[in-house]
Amino acid sequence: MRFTHLIYLLFFFLLLHCKNSDVQLSKIEGKQIQVTDKLELDSEIDQYIAPYREHIQKDLDSIIAISPKTYDKTDGELNTALGNLMADIAYEQANPIFLKRTGHNIDMVLLNYGGIRSNLPKGAITKGTAFKLMPFENSLVVAAIKGNQVNDLVNYLVKARKAHPISKLQITVDKNNTLVASKIDGAPIDADKTYYVATNDYLYQGGDSMTFFQPNENLYTLDYKIRNTLIDYFMKVDSISPVRDDRFIKIN
Amino acid sequence: MTDLLKLIKIMKRRNFIQQAAAGTALISLGGLGLQSFSTINNFKKITILHTNDVHSHIDTFPPDDPRNPNQGGVARRATLIDSIRKENPNTLLLDAGDIFQGTPYFNYYGGELEFKLMSKLKYDVATIGNHDFDNGIEGLYAQLPHAEFEFISANYDFTNTVMDTHCKPYKIFKKDGINIGVFGLGVELKGLVTDTNYKETKYLDPVEISQDMTRILKEEKGCDLVICLSHLGYEYNSDKISDIKLAKATKNIDLIIGGHTHTFLSKPTVVKNIEGKNTLVNQVGCYGINVGRIDFYFDSNKNISAEGVSISV
Repeated sequence: MRFTHLIYLLFFFLLLHCKNSDVQLSKIEGKQIQVTDKLELDSEIDQYIAPYREHIQKDLDSIIAISPKTYDKTDGELNTALGNLMADIAYEQANPIFLKRTGHNIDMVLLNYGGIRSNLPKGAITKGTAFKLMPFENSLVVAAIKGNQVNDLVNYLVKARKAHPISKLQITVDKNNTLVASKIDGAPIDADKTYYVATNDYLYQGGDSMTFFQPNENLYTLDYKIRNTLIDYFMKVDSISPVRDDRFIKIN
Repeated sequence: MTDLLKLIKIMKRRNFIQQAAAGTALISLGGLGLQSFSTINNFKKITILHTNDVHSHIDTFPPDDPRNPNQGGVARRATLIDSIRKENPNTLLLDAGDIFQGTPYFNYYGGELEFKLMSKLKYDVATIGNHDFDNGIEGLYAQLPHAEFEFISANYDFTNTVMDTHCKPYKIFKKDGINIGVFGLGVELKGLVTDTNYKETKYLDPVEISQDMTRILKEEKGCDLVICLSHLGYEYNSDKISDIKLAKATKNIDLIIGGHTHTFLSKPTVVKNIEGKNTLVNQVGCYGINVGRIDFYFDSNKNISAEGVSISV
């Protein structure tokens, strides 16, 4: 055997040896570290954030309307001033867009009680108010569904006995919570007619067990966030005056 | 090794074939060998730090926050990470997705500040969560110039989208001679994200993809550590694939860092994989309230106990 061959052999032996005698995992330690105020602020990072924070704060704090009193989603059993305001705003802001795009009017609006995330305090309404009311990014959609599905929607609301925000729909129940009448645009719901129902994308996808939007004849995404409907409306008006009304009532 | 090659070349050139000299050469080579492997007796420590579902929580929660007063905040997290990096420079910082959405920072700046700050904190890699599609796949793509770290996802096929070539299936890091392979996994987007937001992103089966990834990383690339950065979610009361299910169904994954379900674990979960070996699954809640820390210690073979890897969590 030539010497160089021997060297190569030795070289390969060392390589193999190296691979086999390599370090191996021996121990694993795991823990969770809380980020609390015991940790100092990294001043460079904090200063980097500052201009962004200030800009947002200034914008969120700017007053865009006035509220004469405090409204809460618990102020009413089957409909509330705050819920009515939000559903009516959705209609008012979205209908012109929908009409222009499709040639149809929105027949009714349904949002969800759980989607109202705070109260609306008396005094200054700011963009921050809209972020608190609606921190999520949900957008408005319009589903074209048959009247019998609208009846399912009505039955859901009657059974839920909750002030889910509605607009343009009128429901009356008796003292036993049995449906007495349901109307859209003053007329009873026609099971075979197509209705254009505006809602949020969460409910459309079956959120809160609202299964009546599927299947449907058509879906129109408006790319209009619920929060932005509120901001645009508040910027348009000087003050608000929502009321609890007869859109969902119990009669004796 | 290059020294060895040089030596061989020099010896060849000089035609150095005296028997006695050959013996000397062998001894010196042996010596070289020992020298180059002298580190095997020193232990090595790799520290993995991780966050998930930070959801644009850049500021510390205010003192009057009902749930998490005075907790979280990027500037405090920076101090923590800095001190750990000083203690062990062989540290990786990973994020398991849902970086976007949750505070006005996202609504105003579209994720720009989140990415810039993660770059300043020197995140090494992140995977993509469902909320990272909240401004559409274009919204994610538009913010990429602000990220000095890469995104990995092995089971999102972005071929027909703007993200194509901007997201790799895995990334291999070398720290103190230890090869660390990290691959990403994302949750099924259908039903979770509006299809107009994720466009033609294809979701591939996480278990099958993980089998491919571990084969590539462990067997082909020779990684000493394999980490799965997952946004699948910790566990479900259904057949839906989760980190726990994935850990059980696969092999050669040392650690699954999870997200999506905002699961607060008091300690990492140890799961037996398909070969009966231990896989760690961890998740640290959400909003940057916690940072997860996993330390991997390496030692030479002879110092490893018969019981194998000891886990203290």
